[in-house]
Amino acid sequence: MSAGSSRTGRSLILLAPLLIFLIGFFVWPLFSMMSQAVSDPAVLRLLPRSAQVLPDWDRKSPPTMPMQAALMEDLKAVDDDQALGDMVRRLNSARSGFRTLMSKTTSALNDVENPPADLVSIDKRWERPEFWLAIADALSPLTDRNLLAAVDLGRNAAGDIEHLPADQSVNRVILVRTFWIAALVTFFCACIGFPYAIIAASLDGWKRDLMLGAVLLPLWTSLLVRTAAWFILLQEQGLINDLLRAIGLINAPLPLIFNRTGVIIAMTHVLLPFMVLPIYSVLITIPKNLMPAAASLGAPPWRAFLRVLLPLSLRGVASGSLLVFISAIGYYITPALIGGPGDQMISSIIAFYATGSANWGMAGALGVVLLVATLLLYSVYARLSSDEPGRR
Amino acid sequence: MPMKLAKVTFATLTILFLVAPLIAILPLAFTSSVILTYPIPSWSLRWFEELFTADAWRRAIINSLIIGTGTTLLATVLGTAASLGLRNRLIFFRGSMRTLFLLPMVVPAVVLGVGMQVLLAGFGLTNSYAGVIIAHTVVAVPFVIVSVTGALAGIDERVELAAQSLGAAPITVFRRVTLPLAMPGVLSGAVLAFATSLDEVVLTLFVAGPNQRTLARQMFSSIRENISPAIAAAAFLFIAATVLIGLVVVLSRSMLAKRR
Repeated sequence: MSAGSSRTGRSLILLAPLLIFLIGFFVWPLFSMMSQAVSDPAVLRLLPRSAQVLPDWDRKSPPTMPMQAALMEDLKAVDDDQALGDMVRRLNSARSGFRTLMSKTTSALNDVENPPADLVSIDKRWERPEFWLAIADALSPLTDRNLLAAVDLGRNAAGDIEHLPADQSVNRVILVRTFWIAALVTFFCACIGFPYAIIAASLDGWKRDLMLGAVLLPLWTSLLVRTAAWFILLQEQGLINDLLRAIGLINAPLPLIFNRTGVIIAMTHVLLPFMVLPIYSVLITIPKNLMPAAASLGAPPWRAFLRVLLPLSLRGVASGSLLVFISAIGYYITPALIGGPGDQMISSIIAFYATGSANWGMAGALGVVLLVATLLLYSVYARLSSDEPGRR
Repeated sequence: MPMKLAKVTFATLTILFLVAPLIAILPLAFTSSVILTYPIPSWSLRWFEELFTADAWRRAIINSLIIGTGTTLLATVLGTAASLGLRNRLIFFRGSMRTLFLLPMVVPAVVLGVGMQVLLAGFGLTNSYAGVIIAHTVVAVPFVIVSVTGALAGIDERVELAAQSLGAAPITVFRRVTLPLAMPGVLSGAVLAFATSLDEVVLTLFVAGPNQRTLARQMFSSIRENISPAIAAAAFLFIAATVLIGLVVVLSRSMLAKRR
């Protein structure tokens, strides 16, 4: 017993460093990205005094004197015009009329000669609870605004969820495009990878080694090098256009780069090994005499394929497709280098929000969408491949 | 037989599709022209010279070596230790821990990059070698885990029990029996960790400053901004390194297979 427990202790000591490392530098970053998506402390930072008083309010009756005094103090203390503008914009979207009310209020508060006694004396609207309700809601450091905006939804004045106007609806287009490109790449990979794996599994000796080596070499080669290779091949004066012109198939160069065609070609090339290998690993576990057996029982080749080989290898096709699809939806480098502006996928938009415009809320929210989609698909993949008998 | 002809044609075309792009860019590394197109006017080594003398490229190569070495050491030590810990079947949450260790391979790099930048900024580690090494280690560790657990699974536990019954202390069993047997797995894990670090672009974009530009990062921005045959020369080095790395992995795998 003591030997067993000391062995357990040793194992835990061995596991602890990596566990702590990954919790600190993998789980925590993902968590802080998610919290960026739902946190919005901007208003809270501007109105600290109101934040202390407002929770005591019953949210129905007209504002009390301490509430008005606190908000007046807060507004007088604001020295960041940019932040004030952001706050007013946010309050105005929750309750229209805030923009005029705020500008009237701040200019009255700046009047040093006859300072206003309270907010209601500046504008009658400050008596109405709706405006205070908007402030109270904006003070919450949690928001679903970014998450809703990531799928082109927003809240209207009444607080109900609704579609954003068409001119603000860019994210859904990109999400649909991301899944569409990933689906196309998966489809092409399956069309090429499935027959390729069948042929490779039916061969042996150097022919099989050659076919597998052709898959493994690109897999081991740097992704960047493969993308650079396609960049060089696909360009207007690239090898492919030169070749097609030399054969006489085309007169003018085909546009192959900075468009969808180029992205699909390059991504299919990059992800094809992930389709071939899982299918191959399933196929080699299928007994070789099944197809001849089907043939000897009178099945024509296509029938034997449909009834015997296809059902048996379907799990390999499914896990290969999932693997390709999961990798494809997170792709950044290939679309960024080979694609045009109309081929950018969700990762590019996340990178744009994060590094280009420092909008961490939106970057985090779109990151959550991508992360959730990836993990859901991965759990399906893990279940699919865990009960594969021949796989280790 | 037309079926057979179709098979051979299909296989040949697909092999060509997979391998030809990688071969087609190799000669361009030796062009004397400033544009990346065929036909090559004359052969020269000027772009390799550029790679090793131009400040941006030289720095990038040095940075890649520094960061790759740091990542390899950290990932191999952490990953090997954890793989040894995972051997114990009595550990609670063994399966969940294994999943956690492999998950960095699955999570999209951009998502991890955003989180990593937020977090490392809090620690003041953005624009530092330590930050980049940490980020690369997170994505390199799964490869070490896969490779080392694979090697450990191939060890016959009776060998270790025999050593133990002959009076060897646990540390001696580890040093003289377990580690030598697992060494091929550890080595190929280390090589894969180095390769991962060498090829990593997205995390580097998020956490590295201008002083930590790696070779991959430099290639990324020069494809984007001003493409020159220096890219082909860098790609040539990468492919040559890949073939070397592949040989090391294959050799260590076959060593492992012989031991079994």
